[in-house]
Amino acid sequence: MSISTSFPPTGLTGAAQFPHRHLTGISGLQPHEIAFLLDEAEQWVDLNRRASKHDDRLAGLTLINAFFENSTRTLLSFEIAGKRLGADVVNMHAAQSSVKKGETLIDTAMTLNAMRADIIVIRHSSSGAVQLIADKVDCPVLNAGDGWHEHPTQALLDALTIRRRKGRIANLRVAICGDLLHSRVARSNILALTALAAEVRVIAPPTLMPPAIERMGVTPFTDFDAGIEGADVVMMLRLQNERMAGGFIPSPREYHALYGLTAERLERAAPDALVMHPGPMNRGIEIDSNVADDPVRSAITEQVEMGVAVRMACLDVLTRRRRGVEGWA
Amino acid sequence: MNNASTREGKMANSLRAVVNGADGQAVLMRGDTIEAVGAIDIPADTAVIDAKGALIAPGIVDLGVFAIDKPAFRAGGIVRAALMPDQSRPLDDPGLIQRAADSGKPDLWVHPIAAATRGLAGLDLAEFATMRDSGALAVATGRDWIADSGVMHRVLAYAAPLGLTVIVHAEDRGLTGNAVATAGETATRLGLASAPAVAEAMAIARDLALVEQTGAAIHFRQVTTAAGFALVRAAKARGLPVTCGITPAHLYLSDNAVSDFRTFARLSPPLRAESDRQAALAALADGTIDILCSGHDPRGPEDKRLPFADAAPGMAGAETLLALGLGLVRDDHISLPRLFEMLAANPARILGLETGIIAAGAPADLILVEPDTPWRIDTARMAARAGNTPFDGMPVQGRVALMIKGGQPIG
Repeated sequence: MSISTSFPPTGLTGAAQFPHRHLTGISGLQPHEIAFLLDEAEQWVDLNRRASKHDDRLAGLTLINAFFENSTRTLLSFEIAGKRLGADVVNMHAAQSSVKKGETLIDTAMTLNAMRADIIVIRHSSSGAVQLIADKVDCPVLNAGDGWHEHPTQALLDALTIRRRKGRIANLRVAICGDLLHSRVARSNILALTALAAEVRVIAPPTLMPPAIERMGVTPFTDFDAGIEGADVVMMLRLQNERMAGGFIPSPREYHALYGLTAERLERAAPDALVMHPGPMNRGIEIDSNVADDPVRSAITEQVEMGVAVRMACLDVLTRRRRGVEGWA
Repeated sequence: MNNASTREGKMANSLRAVVNGADGQAVLMRGDTIEAVGAIDIPADTAVIDAKGALIAPGIVDLGVFAIDKPAFRAGGIVRAALMPDQSRPLDDPGLIQRAADSGKPDLWVHPIAAATRGLAGLDLAEFATMRDSGALAVATGRDWIADSGVMHRVLAYAAPLGLTVIVHAEDRGLTGNAVATAGETATRLGLASAPAVAEAMAIARDLALVEQTGAAIHFRQVTTAAGFALVRAAKARGLPVTCGITPAHLYLSDNAVSDFRTFARLSPPLRAESDRQAALAALADGTIDILCSGHDPRGPEDKRLPFADAAPGMAGAETLLALGLGLVRDDHISLPRLFEMLAANPARILGLETGIIAAGAPADLILVEPDTPWRIDTARMAARAGNTPFDGMPVQGRVALMIKGGQPIG
């Protein structure tokens, strides 16, 4: 007997391609499992561009979007993804301030479980909250963002956008810029892009740089111009309003002066550099309009499009066992 | 009346001895006091307890628990518990102190620690002297640091002539803010608000400067970082009246114990980097650390089955303290006599109690320890009010076979 050393693993079929019950984060995924989800998403990109955008594979299944934190875009994206696959989609907006958070969270999880949801998509303001719920329910759970921890479908849609535009991810230089400290988007992207062998740089003011971030396999820069040098992808992060008032940065004006993506700054990146932003954008603060709207370089609207496709892929894959799909049950 | 007083009179003079057949050592107790120790002749009318090879050790004096939890203390060999002032009503009033002091009777000594400031708000001095007269043996800042240096200066100055040690939580709150973890790779990966470990050294440095000013005795309830130990070590070398403690958690675990958002590993101060854990073991070995305490803080699911940042810090440590302490002996970090100095003699001395030792004239508070008995720490099978231990599943050795308080076996 010999032990196979081929990597990535080849010839995997069925559930061996993605042997996870939940998607709580990119952490814990193997590179080939990330690539599998991206491959799966491609068919949905095609479907979504057709006039008739419907598939019935999730017919009869109940998808609950449990959002404990406000969201418009992500919720909409999951709702559309679920509907296009034929699921019964229910959105639950749980106002977080009104009740004692903790008990409500577990109780809510038990309630959703008792209602026999077939897949639950959760957003919550506390890091680790989605894992907590995943441990308590019988159905697959998909993390739509937990605190500063992870936002895996955002990382997948970003990877898909990059892969389609650049033809690959390996060995690309990706600069992630802005409020890294409070960003789940950044954490998931760092995990996904480093797993797929990109060179990842992170650029942030010292007050918004997570401690020991280099331990995640990235190179930190506080100087934007140095960090963006030769970047193939420039990924900007949103600066939350509540961080602008002096607690972490002196002012939006100074932030723009040092860390805003202007056309001039973008000149230091690779000539064909891709500009990305998870939205919603603060135009004129972290990114200038002429950059964001650049029809050639900006991939921002494409990211939104890929978001629906990636979420369809995740919903499909995570429910295969439940649906008795051959090789997955 | 008559009968009762006769019975008490008998008890006061009754003789009891714990004898270890293996080495012939014995502890003879008259009433609630140790009368003689060693290879002694046992008088004829003595009730003899056969130690059956168990180690005869002083009852544990646990400095700084957050709840009175008798089953856990009994299982852990804790005869005396010094209760932190952080109660539903902070212990800032003589009546509350008195009530707390009475709450352990008859099988546990409870020594309440007075709040340093009214309501533990960190603003106005509480009535230390009156509370001392009601039974408070020390003063504490509580779970929190006192941020205002002026207030802290007055707390230390006022406590000094009263002979009360000020027990301090050492974390600079400006740095810790809403942090729930130590800054580092784990906190960053998990997306948890974190504070640099130096928050501890900053708090210790300020408080030591105020100790130099006031001459008050200070006890840092938990020191957990290399920089913190360096400051305490240097202060001791200068002769300052400073002591410090630690719980087994910071000696056994580093911050990667929170890697899967385990709220049982959410502690205050938070678990530290591995290098700080190594520094703690070094400080244990060189005598910088005076006390090993449980920090007992039982927390049920309503406080712990929550997202990490929303969960309350703290662990149920009482019944694992001794076994984990014996593990430190087994791993050659400390000697057995030194372990019991840290578990009994030193905390007693800080509280001004002449106990924690096995010697003629000391209170007859003893435990019989089977040091090699193996067991497994199991969160579901704890004697404590709640099973929030970060050591769930860990195999340990050492059980308390019998506890004797005031000369009486506690059943």
